Amino acid sequence: MSETSVVDVRDAVVLLGSFPALAEATLTIERGELVVVQGANGAGKTTLLRLCAGLVPLARGTARVMGHDVGSNRAAVRANVGFLGHANGLYADLTAGENLSFWSDVVGASRTEVAAAAHRMGLSERLLSTQVGRLSAGQKRRTALAVMAVRRATLWLLDEPHAGLDAPGRDEIDTLLRDAVAAGATVVVASHELERSASLATRRIEVVGGRIVESGGHS
Amino acid sequence: MSASRIVGVARAVASKDLRIEWRSRVMTNQVLPFAAIVMVLFAFALDNDGILQRVAPGLVWMATLFASLVVVQRSFAVESADSAIDALRLAGVPSQGVYLGKVAALVVQLVVCEAVLAALALILYRVNVDRHGAVLLVTTCILGSLGIAALAAVYGGLSVADRGRETLLPLLLLPALAPVLIGATRATESAFGSDGARAAEGWPWVGLLAVFGAIFLFGGTLGFGPLTDE
Repeated sequence: MSETSVVDVRDAVVLLGSFPALAEATLTIERGELVVVQGANGAGKTTLLRLCAGLVPLARGTARVMGHDVGSNRAAVRANVGFLGHANGLYADLTAGENLSFWSDVVGASRTEVAAAAHRMGLSERLLSTQVGRLSAGQKRRTALAVMAVRRATLWLLDEPHAGLDAPGRDEIDTLLRDAVAAGATVVVASHELERSASLATRRIEVVGGRIVESGGHS
Repeated sequence: MSASRIVGVARAVASKDLRIEWRSRVMTNQVLPFAAIVMVLFAFALDNDGILQRVAPGLVWMATLFASLVVVQRSFAVESADSAIDALRLAGVPSQGVYLGKVAALVVQLVVCEAVLAALALILYRVNVDRHGAVLLVTTCILGSLGIAALAAVYGGLSVADRGRETLLPLLLLPALAPVLIGATRATESAFGSDGARAAEGWPWVGLLAVFGAIFLFGGTLGFGPLTDE
């Protein structure tokens, strides 16, 4: 593991019940990378992301995120990680702005940081004052990404972030992710869309049957 | 974890919950009408002023417990609807702060509900409350709400963590709240002067409610995080 490694997973085995969702998976991700994790449904992409977020226990092997052991120091791992699954983690009855304010209060971020995150994710005043329940899928995704920025997450783990979005919405997400990397974040995206990931990723890896069988070069 | 951070998170969660409640109007449009209907149905079922005055304290608190189930389920449904509770867990937000914030918001909502129910008891059941009784009643409502909220927040969190088990909430929660129901009903009997009881006789029950509230709050603060984490 180098000093710039954000994720260092070695021979990791994760069991979901008795099923090995990850079977001796090994992966290293360096700071500032935008890694796309590919694989068929059920291959273990989501489990890999959840392991990096400290959301599933490790049965065997080692996993370190930001230098913290995922098994023994989940709190330290979680404080640095933003995980966006199929849900956005937003409150539908609050406006986008109120959601951001809530998170800034919870994590102790300043109003300036909130404004900067909203600006980065292209959330206009009109969108900020709209209830989340009335936003489109793409606008909700952008709000959720802004929350990640407010949380000062340095490792972004995104599970199928393009799901349910139209083409302009997908392009928008890609731009936001590249911006996040440019701003210093490391981004890992699970996706089964080969074409889109080719243009998005600085590196692609593939998960097959719980193993990382291919670790593609930098594109 | 510093106390000021926990208090800050609790304040943010409570204020967020109350804002959601204010905006969605579930309390005014669903919970209060439901509680009022329960009170009216009791009045129809018993249909005797003497009996109603005697059992009014128990009816008020039974209606409160029924209403609290709706309030608690709603409070945690907003967390699970878009997996916000997962985001809170992932963000390393202190679970004690989340728990205390939830409890504070539930207490406010339950006190509002009890105020309406007590007013209905005065009107429908023709209960009389003097000045000493009013002080006792207000204290009982606050401490009774604290006991209910402190325990209900733990069970509500559990039902969210263990998805699909929301329907177990009433089955698990209502028996556990029996001590609060008994203490609050006895204290309210004294406040209402049921069967010639005096207000002074209710204060020991208020003390018991305070003890229950403190125990539930302490246990909940310690247990909420581990119980609701994956």
